[in-house]
Amino acid sequence: MNLRRRYLRDRVMQGLVYLGTLAVLLPLFFILYYVFVQGIGALDLAFFTRPPAPPGEGGGGMLPAIVGSLVVDLIALALAAVFGVAAGVLLAEYPDHPLNPFLHLVSDVMAGLPAILMGLVAFVLVVKPMGHFSGLSGAVALALIMVPIITRATEGVLKLIPWEITEAGLALGLPRWRVILSLVLPAARGGILTGLMLALARGAGEAAPLLFTAFGNPFLTLNPLEPMDTLPLKLYVYAISPYEDWHRQAWGAALLLAAAIMVANYLARRATRS
Amino acid sequence: MEGRYRMETQRLSVYYGKHHGVRGVSLPVHDRKITALIGPSGCGKTTFLRALNRMHDLNPIVRVEGRVLLDGEDVYAPEVDPVVVRRRVGMVFQRPTPFPTMSIFENVVAGLRLVGVRDRKRLMEAAERALRMAALWDEVKDRLHQPAVGLSGGQQQRLSIARALAVEPEVLLMDEPTSALDPISTQAIEDLLATLKDEVTIVIVTHNMQQAARVSDYTAFFLDGELVEFDRTEKIFTNPKDPRTEAYITGRFG
Amino acid sequence: MPGWLYRRLGDRLFSALVVGLALGVVLAALAIVWVLYQGGREALHTFGFLGFLTGSRWDAVRGEFGAWPPLLGTLLTSAAALFLAFFPALSAALFVVEFAPRALKGAVAYLIDLLAALPSVVYGLWGIFVLVPLVRERVELPLFTWAAAHAPGLLAFLGPPTGIGMLSAILVLALMIVPYASALARDALALVPQSQREAMYALGATRWEVIRRVVIPYARAGIFSGVVLALARALGETMAVTMLIGNSVNLPYTLFGPAATMASLIANEFTEAEDDLHLSALIAVGFVLLLIALATNLVAAWVLRRMSLGEGRK
Repeated sequence: MNLRRRYLRDRVMQGLVYLGTLAVLLPLFFILYYVFVQGIGALDLAFFTRPPAPPGEGGGGMLPAIVGSLVVDLIALALAAVFGVAAGVLLAEYPDHPLNPFLHLVSDVMAGLPAILMGLVAFVLVVKPMGHFSGLSGAVALALIMVPIITRATEGVLKLIPWEITEAGLALGLPRWRVILSLVLPAARGGILTGLMLALARGAGEAAPLLFTAFGNPFLTLNPLEPMDTLPLKLYVYAISPYEDWHRQAWGAALLLAAAIMVANYLARRATRS
Repeated sequence: MEGRYRMETQRLSVYYGKHHGVRGVSLPVHDRKITALIGPSGCGKTTFLRALNRMHDLNPIVRVEGRVLLDGEDVYAPEVDPVVVRRRVGMVFQRPTPFPTMSIFENVVAGLRLVGVRDRKRLMEAAERALRMAALWDEVKDRLHQPAVGLSGGQQQRLSIARALAVEPEVLLMDEPTSALDPISTQAIEDLLATLKDEVTIVIVTHNMQQAARVSDYTAFFLDGELVEFDRTEKIFTNPKDPRTEAYITGRFG
Repeated sequence: MPGWLYRRLGDRLFSALVVGLALGVVLAALAIVWVLYQGGREALHTFGFLGFLTGSRWDAVRGEFGAWPPLLGTLLTSAAALFLAFFPALSAALFVVEFAPRALKGAVAYLIDLLAALPSVVYGLWGIFVLVPLVRERVELPLFTWAAAHAPGLLAFLGPPTGIGMLSAILVLALMIVPYASALARDALALVPQSQREAMYALGATRWEVIRRVVIPYARAGIFSGVVLALARALGETMAVTMLIGNSVNLPYTLFGPAATMASLIANEFTEAEDDLHLSALIAVGFVLLLIALATNLVAAWVLRRMSLGEGRK
């Protein structure tokens, strides 16, 4: 094979790599462009302050969905944080605990499971016994998605905390639990916060597990025991509806969601750095 | 008068960004001799070595000035292809670099595969020749198709040498090839150098002065990016001209 | 409170709390398996596990449920999306690690990570209002009119030129899984030691030869795990697919026609399921999906371990 042919191949492959990269980046620009251009017009005052108008009437807004998203996502995050951080602490601070091999396996496997399955589980475990759909059941489904993310992040960052900190605390005569709570966890605050933000960003965009748990609700409610709307749910319903004005609002919801998730990701990155 | 030497640098300078790593070095490399480059760490000897086969091309922040002649032709001339230069001027690095996904055999013939040699028999002959030159044949001839990473550190380094020799380079550059090895492996490689120089011109960077004294014909002493002194090895080690060279070889600094 | 009590009791209580909560995580995972199995048992019992998997009729009115159409739909769309996504994903990873000037590296990597964070419903929305019309006007209609004029026999196989169907679902799915495959490949490529590249360059290799013969083989385990992660993602992806695939429970017969995946079927029918058998059949579909996702993960872990052992890295 002569040199010219080798260089030809080098150039051709370089061209293909550039082309492949473009094939990834162009649609991305396309999507972001559409979300921004179509969405920005929909984000008026009514969008944030009004409940939905009846089908086909036009006007109205997303207030119940915005509030519902906040309530459901925050309950989910609180639930997932308690279990996730504890599991991370066990993995990192009690490395010889017999539960750990299972915990490792479970958090790896859970992270790879389809989100909609979490909805099915929450339906069977929460909706069925309660007898009706509820924001709480949606939060349980989302929490199941968030837990492995938080567990991994917590374990990862705790393992980076120098052992000297623990030793120093123990040398001062502090009991183990005080050392973990007052020294190790605060030192790992940034990393744990990153895990929480990433989990929130992931959960906040999910609609599939909420279809038959939170279900949706056109009326504003703060009670998580009632059905609740969330932004992704509303976006889905509006997107597949036949009404022009709902399509407009769906783009608005898409922009709001995308922006919120970008902010959460940005905060996650920043928390790691500090 | 160009072309007297196998290789020769003329006022060679290398810049790392703003840092002037090699400062106007002019050095001859004699054919089928071993030239050792010595000096304290950070003196620019490795930087100099990597300029000889245009390895610095891979790093965009590095700039090379001056000329490097290979058989009288400047390897940095615009019409010269670095791929061709590196084929003619091979290199062995500080740490062994076996390709972990390849067998011993595939490692040795990796360079030949690049130029499209497919003939099994030819590849096998070349591999055996290179492995014999690198004094590794007897140790690996029964497991040529096993992963290269199963070899010991010293064997891996000789494999790297065999891999470099398989493409039959005119010059072989060695960057502290024994610094990561145990004394026995080091001995094996030093023995090897003596037999290799019949076939290939060698430039070796070493921080070990005894090694330079043992294996080389010529020695160049570098300090702060400059070539302080170049001469026959016995001259450098017995009767250096420059007081800095003397200070270094007698262990008074560096 | 005496000191020893504070210490002993505190440590006991704390570790009991941590272990208890962690146990909750393990139990939750077990609950997922158990709940889906229990929930689907009625359907699996009625049709038999194999009968359920291979039954090609899904008819809620007649109470007949076979998971083969959505199972096939899932496998087809995921495989096709992975096929489409693999080379662009690897390209983008190679671009960032091997080709891009330093100033561009971070920006491209960031954009691709952003692509991973965008919610599924947003992709679906874009698919409905941008991609579907594009597919309809630029692909399906020309094909349809051509077939109508020249090969009317083909029309039956083309399906209605609506833009909604497997093709659109596959395209969006491919777009969605690219960043997963790409991010892991990128990490793996970035971990290839510079010394490996230099060793190949020193033999007189061109850049592509270094990439092809050294960099990609060295990073193959990471590249592979990215592919599996992307596949797992594609298998379970719900919203965007539901919005685009047309949700037909008949066996898919054309790339352009409507179909369903296991996830889209659940999303589409679950709230409308009236009788217990229908509900159970949907949960059973979820159970099958769970088994496939678990198998994908385990195969990945197994191959990954074998690959890294083969490399003998220290």
